[in-house]
Amino acid sequence: MKLLQVFLTDTHWAIILVLLPLAAAVLCFLFSRVASFIGVTTLFALLLSVVGLGWQMRETGVYHHAIGGWEAPLGIGLYADGLSLLMLAITALVGLGISIYATSYFKHQDAARFWPLWLLLLASLNALYLSADIFNLYITLELVGLAAVALASLTGGPDALAGAMRYLLTTLLGSLAYLLGVALLYHGYGSVDIAILATQAKSEPVLWVAFGLMGTGLALKMALVPLHFWLPATHANASAPVSALLSALVIKGAFYILLRLWLEIFAPHSGGAETLFGLLGSVAVIWGSLQALRQTRLKLLIAYSTVAQLGYLFIAFPLATIAGATVWIAVAYLALSHALAKAAMFLAAGNLIRFGGHDRIADLDRVVQRLPLTAGAFALAGVSIIGLPPSGGFVGKWLLLESALSQGRWDLVMVILLGSLLAAAYVFKVLGRTFTKAPVSHEAHAVPARMEWVALLLACGAILLGFLAPLIIPLMDIGNPFTISGGQP
Amino acid sequence: MNWDAWIPLLVVASSLLPGLVIFTLAEEQVRLRTALNLLGAFVKLALVSWMVWGVYNGHHFETRLPLLPNLEFVLRAGPLALLFVGLSTVLWLVTTIYAIGYLEGSPHRSRFFGFFSLCVTATVGVALSGNMITFLIFYELLTLATYPLLIHRGTEEARKAGHTYLVYTMIGGALLLLGTAWLYSLTGTLEFTPRGFLAGLGEEHRHALIIIFVLMIAGLGVKAAIVPLHGWLPLAMVAPAPVSALLHAVAVVKAGAFGIVRVVYDVFGVDFATGLGVMEPLAWLAGFTIIYGSLRALFQDDLKRRLAFSTISQVSYVVLGVAIAGPIATIGGVVHLVHQGLMKITLFFCAGNLAETLGIHKVSEMNGVGQRMPWTMAAFTVGAFGMIGAPPVAGFISKWYLGMGALEAGQNWVLLVLAGSSLLNAAYFLPILYAAWFKKTPSSWPHEHDFGRMETAWALLLPPLITAALALAAGLLATLPFSPLDWAKLISVREFY
Repeated sequence: MKLLQVFLTDTHWAIILVLLPLAAAVLCFLFSRVASFIGVTTLFALLLSVVGLGWQMRETGVYHHAIGGWEAPLGIGLYADGLSLLMLAITALVGLGISIYATSYFKHQDAARFWPLWLLLLASLNALYLSADIFNLYITLELVGLAAVALASLTGGPDALAGAMRYLLTTLLGSLAYLLGVALLYHGYGSVDIAILATQAKSEPVLWVAFGLMGTGLALKMALVPLHFWLPATHANASAPVSALLSALVIKGAFYILLRLWLEIFAPHSGGAETLFGLLGSVAVIWGSLQALRQTRLKLLIAYSTVAQLGYLFIAFPLATIAGATVWIAVAYLALSHALAKAAMFLAAGNLIRFGGHDRIADLDRVVQRLPLTAGAFALAGVSIIGLPPSGGFVGKWLLLESALSQGRWDLVMVILLGSLLAAAYVFKVLGRTFTKAPVSHEAHAVPARMEWVALLLACGAILLGFLAPLIIPLMDIGNPFTISGGQP
Repeated sequence: MNWDAWIPLLVVASSLLPGLVIFTLAEEQVRLRTALNLLGAFVKLALVSWMVWGVYNGHHFETRLPLLPNLEFVLRAGPLALLFVGLSTVLWLVTTIYAIGYLEGSPHRSRFFGFFSLCVTATVGVALSGNMITFLIFYELLTLATYPLLIHRGTEEARKAGHTYLVYTMIGGALLLLGTAWLYSLTGTLEFTPRGFLAGLGEEHRHALIIIFVLMIAGLGVKAAIVPLHGWLPLAMVAPAPVSALLHAVAVVKAGAFGIVRVVYDVFGVDFATGLGVMEPLAWLAGFTIIYGSLRALFQDDLKRRLAFSTISQVSYVVLGVAIAGPIATIGGVVHLVHQGLMKITLFFCAGNLAETLGIHKVSEMNGVGQRMPWTMAAFTVGAFGMIGAPPVAGFISKWYLGMGALEAGQNWVLLVLAGSSLLNAAYFLPILYAAWFKKTPSSWPHEHDFGRMETAWALLLPPLITAALALAAGLLATLPFSPLDWAKLISVREFY
């Protein structure tokens, strides 16, 4: 028992989280026949490592490690607080689901290509959540982007390739803008370490320009309206597991960076950027939902729903200037539940496409009879996306609504409620179809039970989050990630 | 270990868990499914009886679990909660028996009974909720659990009715959510408290509170089918008969009415709400709904549609009783929650029997049906007389207390509404009874099934007879302890004295 405790507290879980998937990616590349086995085993190990890290942080607080003993500003630092921990956890959890799904989904050639890229993506994402300086964040961001583009092009169809090409250009542009911002900050303050920048930052043009560049680059990667043009095509045309990981995980990486920089460096010197974020976020919620409602293809509907749901994350910025931590907790909660729910939705859509050979919503009849687990997965994920109780989405929206009301921000209150109603409209547009009786016009292809169960369990996770707030919120607070630091304005 | 703290949760779980298991059963596992359904129903009945006895002897049943920062998930068994829980539990049991008989041999029964159990779980949760956030959770769960039941038949018509239902209830849910969150931002608590928890709020919040009241009543009024928010209810009769029965008697419509009772008594408090000046408009609205529903019912030839409009009218009796804001009217309104449930479920069971056995869907096809199905029509007659308000059926008790309460509160116009509604009720029920008992039996029925010696399957016949007997008993034995009236008096005393 004692030994186990020492093992848990002394192991460098954070380093394992980065190196393990990297090594596994190489192994998968070399031994492509057993790639799925290596992949799923790695994901299990990652999940356990996150649990280990969580245990460690509960005992000793924030995790901080300077690689090779070189402290910042010289060396590379790893840093994890409650926010990082939860992002790592959701990545491992959703990643495990997607991996198990992928073992049934990809065969032969496709599997051999998928696994190395996917594990590389995981390594980069984990590194992103553990980085303590803005340059490392850039590197990991770029790696995530490139791996994601390669994955998006995996299915090989003309639509997928066009989508991937568009994705490549936007992600490169986004990273470039971010990198320019990094260069400006380094030039201005002589450091790339977040903690050091936080103490040195002043309200001056170099900071504003840097923030403008970095914010735009990240907003582009997060498909914030009006920079969302690339997302629907990319997310809808990729293969099901890839759509799921793009929508659920990759986008959250960019958001994490934005949130981190905002909280640590930019918030005191924002110059009204939060108002702009709030405005664009509101537009995203309404516009994205309306677009989702208009779609006739299921995967496009889900992709536009992502655009809308990301809007909620930006609505928080203007509210947080007064309400602070509550709002950020709401946002983190929304991000977590969105990751679970959206992954479940895309995987469910993948099942429907496998089953019926198409994703035209009007022809989805009788699915609930033939694929009840998948329909259930879509419904439960929908509940969380709409924000109905009890679900993770409800917790997030309730906290957001509460802050908006107590600050008298009626515009945002209306946006939140209207967004929920529109979400209900597009979710039930799909669900209503699945109950009606219609002649079966196509030859159905069997869907492996594993693929159905993964989608359902991820959706159940999104519902379960609605009951776990008392456990998760204290974890989020480790290291007070949501208290705004930074120098004097 | 303190068991009292877990019993409310167990009551909710006693239908939730069987429901979840039923989802996983194969279509052919009829026996296991039936056993699970009945097991859940009887366990719930036992637990609720235990709570009734306990509360009578001064025990305190309350489950508290953390849910959100500063907000808890609370289930509490107060008198009002128990009244509604008791009704739901008893009616769930009989409706389950009815549904087993009704759906025999039809497809997708596992799905049906799964959602059916979820629906009851939500209703019981609504009843036991100890604060507004818990109420909201179960209220929305109810919407979600009812939707698949409504569109169970899978026809295009059912899909459209389901769509309408969702449009109404989702918007209603959003309004209720807004009202609740707003209230929370003003008070910092949502705990149901006798006589409300708003008394400490100053005059400056008066306008906000009026708007909140309107938002919440509108959100709840959608489910309670208050005119003009009633549009979904007549369409919802495309659902299978057991669903309609449950929907009109306990689940959806009643959850809305119960919610209004809760909001007026335990959130705002009668005195405070009267002070805001919102009770009189509510009473007028309820009165209008009562008359409007009855008038529309007059002109429906489809039996279930006629009953649906009758529900719109009758449920507003509850609202009216609350809105008159006096102790005696409160008794009338609250007791009508139970009485209307018993009577309306009887009528819907009977309508289902006519449709299943003889293929009768319209009032005009009911000539002489009393001779073919005497037991069913006897039960129907009891229900109909109850709706009219004829003694000794339970409906009379409700109307008596409503009328007395209105006089006591000096609102004489209510008597006109009551009299008018009784007349209209008679006008749309008596012709049915006359045709059924005294007109000549036609040579053939639209679509007859043969059940041998019995007039219909026993599982279809027994439930309406039980509920009709209960409706009679609630009227005849109203003065005994543990009768609905007795509980309603207890609730009224708690609110007013």
